[in-house]
Amino acid sequence: MFNLKFRCDVKELQMKITHEINDNTITISLDGELDASSSVLLDEELSNPSIMKYNKILVDCAKLNYISSAGLGVFISHLQRFEDSQIKLIFYNMQEKVKNVFEILGLDLLMTIVSTQEEAMSVANE
Amino acid sequence: MNNSIQVSCSKKNLKTIRDFVTQYLSQYDLSEIVLNQIVLAVDEISANLIIHANQENADKFMELAIERKNGQLLFEISDNGISFQRSNYKEPDIEEHIRIGKKGGVGIAIVNRIMDKVEFTSEEGRNICRLYKTVF
Repeated sequence: MFNLKFRCDVKELQMKITHEINDNTITISLDGELDASSSVLLDEELSNPSIMKYNKILVDCAKLNYISSAGLGVFISHLQRFEDSQIKLIFYNMQEKVKNVFEILGLDLLMTIVSTQEEAMSVANE
Repeated sequence: MNNSIQVSCSKKNLKTIRDFVTQYLSQYDLSEIVLNQIVLAVDEISANLIIHANQENADKFMELAIERKNGQLLFEISDNGISFQRSNYKEPDIEEHIRIGKKGGVGIAIVNRIMDKVEFTSEEGRNICRLYKTVF
């Protein structure tokens, strides 16, 4: 048996978050892996009081390659606050393997996940 | 093929763990979804060990060993931290978590739903979590 040993392995930042703002809609694009380490960044983003001035939050998951319970937990913890303020949270472009993680907990039934950006815009404007 | 790895208890090393599991499993013809589920289950247990059992103390280490046994994959994750008390574990109510804005507490539920068998034992001060998954 061969043994590998790593001490503090310095990795590149695992998650890149970018925004695009269009009137009352903010589109957040997630690029990378959302785990117990990187989900802190997303939590800071969604905790920022300025996000409450939009009434639609679209989350582009095209480049989200991985999500763990810590990443799900960030969305779980903010969902009610958004709903209470009539802010719609809509996920789109989600890779199948990532969507499967939402499905394991039944979150696909409690959150709005659609296929394309067009569908996301259409649901947002309902 | 290398089948064990030891990392310090830093959250940054979760990526190292995931890459190791992915690399090990590349020898098998698994679907992208099954591969991701297994990587996720190991990541969840490792995150719990690093954060809760060892308080992210980078002077402490955890170990992961993978083997194929009787047609099953066995993932053995061990550390010397505070042991997981299964008797204190309660299956989460996700709708309640949403209602109260709770951030954590769903990792073990994910692991239980992905793996065929999940065992927690303590042997001479060492805590071992064994995850079994039949994929063949």
